[in-house]
Amino acid sequence: MDALQLRRQLIEYTAELFSEGFLDEQFTQLQQLQDENNPDFVVEVVSLFFQDSERLLNELAKSLSQQEIDFKKMDAHVHQLKGSSSSVGAHRVQRSCISFRDFCNAKNVEGCLECLQKMKHEYSLVKDKLETFFDLEQQLSTTGGSPPPP
Amino acid sequence: MVMTEEPEFHVLAVDDSLLDRKLIERLLRTSSCQVTTVDSGSKALEFLGVHEDDSSSPDSSPSVSSSEGNHQVVEVDLVITDYCMPGMTGYDLLKKIKESSSLRNIPVVIMSSENVPSRISRCLEEGAEEFFLKPVRQSDLSRLKPHMMKTKLKDRTRREEVVEERGGERRETEIEPEASQQQHHQQQQLLSNNNTTKRKAMDEVALSPDRTRPRYADIAAVV
Repeated sequence: MDALQLRRQLIEYTAELFSEGFLDEQFTQLQQLQDENNPDFVVEVVSLFFQDSERLLNELAKSLSQQEIDFKKMDAHVHQLKGSSSSVGAHRVQRSCISFRDFCNAKNVEGCLECLQKMKHEYSLVKDKLETFFDLEQQLSTTGGSPPPP
Repeated sequence: MVMTEEPEFHVLAVDDSLLDRKLIERLLRTSSCQVTTVDSGSKALEFLGVHEDDSSSPDSSPSVSSSEGNHQVVEVDLVITDYCMPGMTGYDLLKKIKESSSLRNIPVVIMSSENVPSRISRCLEEGAEEFFLKPVRQSDLSRLKPHMMKTKLKDRTRREEVVEERGGERRETEIEPEASQQQHHQQQQLLSNNNTTKRKAMDEVALSPDRTRPRYADIAAVV
């Protein structure tokens, strides 16, 4: 695929990510913070998000498997995850955190378990999408194509 | 030494989230601020040169001499802190800063991912200049400059007053002549070790921690 086609593909793909709610305006903000002096800013921040998410989703699963469920601890974890997802613009993950928090506050274990599955699912979706996005960007830059403006 | 590239303001950013620290640092840098990030309120206080147990003591011994390594008392023009942090919250940190005679003039901004009106008013009442909802945007940062400018101008005026004063009578100071000479040497050493801005480990070291006292810039503290 040539640079022009790649560029178009990237633009369309990005638009999809936004229209389907995977990403929101905050992601655009991140892109705007990237420049020649900080060329990997978005990738670096998103990597931190991946790390946070994996750790926190594990913690939540662990908490829910305990005999005595520590709701306060879970609340702290989901608060962190909500924060990270919000900071990168991972909109659907953020929304699922809000739902989880509601179940957690209500001490509704079943609700939490179901919601956790949803959170994991949303996370794996957005992770896939973002990896594809970065891949397309990388391909484009390899062909020497100019990146579309955020 | 040419200072033309020197950023205008030094901001201390406090957040327990690495991701958010990275974000706020980048945001502040795009606003030409020098940034230091720490991950807790207690580290923030340490950086500011305050030990939690003597927040308002007019101790004549400079806090920097007790700390080892790179944590000198530096000039901070603004503290921006997350609200929800384990241990010391942003609100707790705000209180400690406002209770400290040496730090209370530093503007403090709180960030939070939660829009809780009572939380916001509590912080503003305690002396926070602004309350930002996360995620913080570049547009939010434009609200910071006026606060930082205000403190800078106040300090600059005071500094000018000192220079005038020195032409005349002896200045009142709590520091003995020997001590102030020793501190001057200390300052020179710290300065030469430091490649960043000139505004490091200065006046706050030589004089009492009270920021309302006039501060020396490059003037030797020779009595």
